Amino acid sequence: MDKILLRDVCFIYGKGTPFEKCALDHVNLSIKSGRITGIIGHTGSGKSTMMMLLNGLAKPTSGSVLIDGYDIQSRPQDVMQEWLLKEPYAGMRRSAAKRAIKQEIERRRRQLCFRVGLVMQYPEYQLFEETVYKDIAYGPSNMGLSKEEIRDRVLSAMRQSGLSEKLCEVSPFDLSGGQKRRVAIAGVIAMRPEVLVLDEPAAGLDPQGREQIFGEIRDYQRETGSTVILVSHSMEDMAQYCDDLAVMAHSKMILQGTREEVFAQTDLLETVDLDIPQITKLIQKLRQRGLNLPANIYTVDGAVAALRQLYAQTETGGREE
Amino acid sequence: MSEHFIESENLCYSYRVGNGKEDVPALKGITLTVEKGEYVAILGHNGSGKSTFAKLLNQILEPTSGKLIVGGTDLSGGELSDEEILSLRRRVGMVFQNPDNQLVATIVEDDVAFGPENLGVPQPELRKRVDDALLTVGMQDYAAQEPHRLSGGQKQRVAIAGILAMRPECIVLDEATAMLDPAGRREVLDTVRMLNRQDGITVLNITHYMNEAALADRVIVIHDGKLLLQGTPDEVFARRDLLRQVGLEVPQCSELIHRLRAERIPLEGDRISDPDGCADMICRAFGMKDREEKSHG
Repeated sequence: MDKILLRDVCFIYGKGTPFEKCALDHVNLSIKSGRITGIIGHTGSGKSTMMMLLNGLAKPTSGSVLIDGYDIQSRPQDVMQEWLLKEPYAGMRRSAAKRAIKQEIERRRRQLCFRVGLVMQYPEYQLFEETVYKDIAYGPSNMGLSKEEIRDRVLSAMRQSGLSEKLCEVSPFDLSGGQKRRVAIAGVIAMRPEVLVLDEPAAGLDPQGREQIFGEIRDYQRETGSTVILVSHSMEDMAQYCDDLAVMAHSKMILQGTREEVFAQTDLLETVDLDIPQITKLIQKLRQRGLNLPANIYTVDGAVAALRQLYAQTETGGREE
Repeated sequence: MSEHFIESENLCYSYRVGNGKEDVPALKGITLTVEKGEYVAILGHNGSGKSTFAKLLNQILEPTSGKLIVGGTDLSGGELSDEEILSLRRRVGMVFQNPDNQLVATIVEDDVAFGPENLGVPQPELRKRVDDALLTVGMQDYAAQEPHRLSGGQKQRVAIAGILAMRPECIVLDEATAMLDPAGRREVLDTVRMLNRQDGITVLNITHYMNEAALADRVIVIHDGKLLLQGTPDEVFARRDLLRQVGLEVPQCSELIHRLRAERIPLEGDRISDPDGCADMICRAFGMKDREEKSHG
């Protein structure tokens, strides 16, 4: 099912000024519910602009953004006719129904930033509270939840982000870079968003740090069944952790599908200056040199399995001769 | 023949925290040398001390103890004159991680001129140096642009041009490609490689990307403030288990060779940091077995 649907979305910065720039050019995209979708594209391809549209930080110049089939830019007059015929509004007095619809639209608009949680690049620069606990509690506190509920959410967000409970009363500024990043991610997870969007969550971390952060994000997704959108330049990481991929280039969406479908188009990916994983390139070389390997290998695990199988075949084939 | 550009012996550095009450050691006795004209990659997990090492090289930080000689200047005495420090910083240029934090002027060529101008380089020499530097990094067409309109890779190349205009002997990249996309990363790495090969500039690339480290002549691994391992990329990436223990990894092609060997597939050779070398090793192992294919080929 589509969790998010972008229909013919355009976004133009500085419209009508000499610096007018089209950041999104008639973009169509479907993000499936309960999966991890990776967004790939070179710098300036429009990825970040697109992320800002998802929780209403920016409005499309034209086109629409639908979440669970609801256009997040809807105004009361856009839906009035249709909703007046539906429950609960159909049973109300007309003026009361109109008022209720307006309130509902306003409520949905406010809810959007809780439903779609955005973790920006280098989010550790956005920490500001005195303690780790208070920083993570900031989002849920703004949702009007009870103290107990907030505590529950903060603690489970800390667990999901790999933070020890002992850190609750520590100043976030005394933590290492990787830990600060986790606090920032926990602060968004604590709002229990239906969609979690992360822009380069592992940038600047060492290999183990990358593996841990991506592993935690994947576990979080599997545990909560929420929809996760990852933006990264690392094709190796995207190949490892994403179910679906969408590729942007020069403000356009040029390719989307399961990761198998997308990585099958290596030629196209290279024309837009994206690196395919080193392991995929190596497998291509081996295929060109006559080894009978499948083309759709993009992780080391996959390559080991395929070569192991081929080796076993050649070995038994040799004996039969 | 070769000549040390950097020479350190039992080099230590401690950060003072809590109003100078507590010492936190970041480097615990590093002994190493880097030759003139060498291209060295430095690996280490976050907090291993590799950036601290870089900052000692042009006296952004002063050693707590031990010996450090850079380009013939002894930095361990702590008694350098202003002229000596300036000369050192001219000769050892640094490129940092965030492209937005290191350009100071409002026009690209002014930014490149900032360093040499402060060194008192007169016109028309200054003009020539700026033009040459921009040409070298391939940014000559952007000389009159505003830096904020450039991509990340372009900004880092302008930062490198700013160093080149001071005629450096050594360039230190401190995770300079971490915030760039693959195209930007290639631009910067190609530029640095060319400067190393053509002009003999010594390069130290501090990085988290194993594929970048594989491009260097030599790889140095720092762990917990100490030198853990050094050698050619092939030698270092052969120590896969040790690297994993200290939070690092090896390039995917080296990892594949390691895992296939664990499956008892006989792979002979040691060019494991290079995808072509790995492809050769695998083909040999399979070609040996695959007689049918050979007779047809």
